[in-house]
Amino acid sequence: MMSLRPSGFDELGLRRALSDRMLPLLVAAMTFLAALAMAGWFGTAALARHWQQGADTSLTVQVPQATDPAAHGGQTRLAAVLALLTGTPGVASAHALSDQELADLLKPWLGQGAERLAIPIPAVIAVRLTDADPHLEPLSHRLDDVAPGTLVEDHDRWIARLAVLARSLQACAALALLLVAGIAASVIAVATRAGLSTRREAIEIVHGLGATDAYIAGRFAARATLLAAGGAAAGALVALPVLLALARMAAPFVGEPAAAAADTLPDALGALPAALWLALPCLPVSAGAIGFATAQGAVRRWLRRLP
Amino acid sequence: MLRFEAVGLRYQRSGVRADASAGPEVLHDISFRLEAGAFRWLMGPSGACKTSLLRLLYLAVRPTRGRLTLLGTDVTTAPRRALPPLRRRIGVVFQDFRLLPHLSAFDNVALPLRIAGRPEGQIRADVSELLRWVGLSRHLDTRPAELSGGEQQRVAIARSVITRPALLLADEPTGNLDDGQAERLMQLFKEMNRIGTTVIVATHNEALVERHPAPTLHIANGRLAASDGPADGWVA
Repeated sequence: MMSLRPSGFDELGLRRALSDRMLPLLVAAMTFLAALAMAGWFGTAALARHWQQGADTSLTVQVPQATDPAAHGGQTRLAAVLALLTGTPGVASAHALSDQELADLLKPWLGQGAERLAIPIPAVIAVRLTDADPHLEPLSHRLDDVAPGTLVEDHDRWIARLAVLARSLQACAALALLLVAGIAASVIAVATRAGLSTRREAIEIVHGLGATDAYIAGRFAARATLLAAGGAAAGALVALPVLLALARMAAPFVGEPAAAAADTLPDALGALPAALWLALPCLPVSAGAIGFATAQGAVRRWLRRLP
Repeated sequence: MLRFEAVGLRYQRSGVRADASAGPEVLHDISFRLEAGAFRWLMGPSGACKTSLLRLLYLAVRPTRGRLTLLGTDVTTAPRRALPPLRRRIGVVFQDFRLLPHLSAFDNVALPLRIAGRPEGQIRADVSELLRWVGLSRHLDTRPAELSGGEQQRVAIARSVITRPALLLADEPTGNLDDGQAERLMQLFKEMNRIGTTVIVATHNEALVERHPAPTLHIANGRLAASDGPADGWVA
């Protein structure tokens, strides 16, 4: 039969036993952490995607003894390699780094004046491809023919390492989310058990009047759901400005100018990935579900001690 | 209606739940039966375990041995989920009232109906009418702590009969009432009994028993010592 009990009828006195201060505050703090972990998850995924797209379409070619004559024709080895690269279908551009560019590249490892060291430094050609999936085997053979010793390096190894790093970071974020959910469940279980022990007499009276386990557990679960969902909504709201600030800082790394990220409110809000906008409202819903399930479980287990 | 067959009860040391493995037996070999619509006094010296017998009857404990049948259900073997509907058909007036202190008199009396899922309109009419009948119409919104002992007892009595139970149990229900109120309470119990409710009243008040003669279950040292009911089938 459907019960028409008036809303707000608090027969078990749970408004005091499960107070609206500590539990929502703790859940809000947990939700804040969960929002950061989620942002970490989505941010890492976006960065990994961006790097992968960038690296897929570039190659580095090293030509040792660049000024020596090439195997055929009268060109230098560098010129021959450059000519071959520019004539290859799928290559958008091939740019030989100048001495200055090379020096800049080597500065972190060799310090100023690397060019003055008596180390033979190969010429480096940065190649942009139109196709993300070039067939490198024939290209490197042909380059080796005109200038033996030429090395073609795609960025697969780096991409693979970055992918592993990104996956590890995502795993850490997932672990943090799980941990936060587990701690939230524990906090709610402890609060529920404390509520059970302070309201023990009221529960026994209501039980004695013929209330089922479902009735009593339902009262606790409704209260826990409300407090957890409310706390989580507050936590998610507090996390929002922090996430927007982080998104603004991360914008240059995913190829968006930082300044464009936040001049107007819609721009600022648009800086967050759409997936995060979908995931944020899930936090209060999940917290409510955790509150409901935890309270139901704890109360039903406790009630089994009554006949 | 209700039948005890060699029922024994022992408490677990921690209290609530009966458990054959712990604690001394407090009730031994209780055997009797009552037909629907019976009225019985339950008498015995302090410590005779009248309250334990009542606890068995309002299903706060289950027997640790023997067989107890209540309102057609064998509660010794019934699954736990079968007991709440049974409890809703049993009204109890406790010696210490057991009212919920944070609820008004109205909400305390309405509680059994709300637990049973009755519509709120009916609840409002029934509860107001009954509280008026027990003389508390001016205290609908008053909390128990602001009521006198006698008024609290009347709230407890109203709560016990609001569902028109099939079995009505009372543990020293006149303890906090003056003679006039006690008489009024007895009228209520007799009226409930007249419309078919089985009533068992535990009391020390011999004057009350003399004024309202009815068969008596005598209990002593955890055993049913005698019953002067015509067909209670009691076994000493």
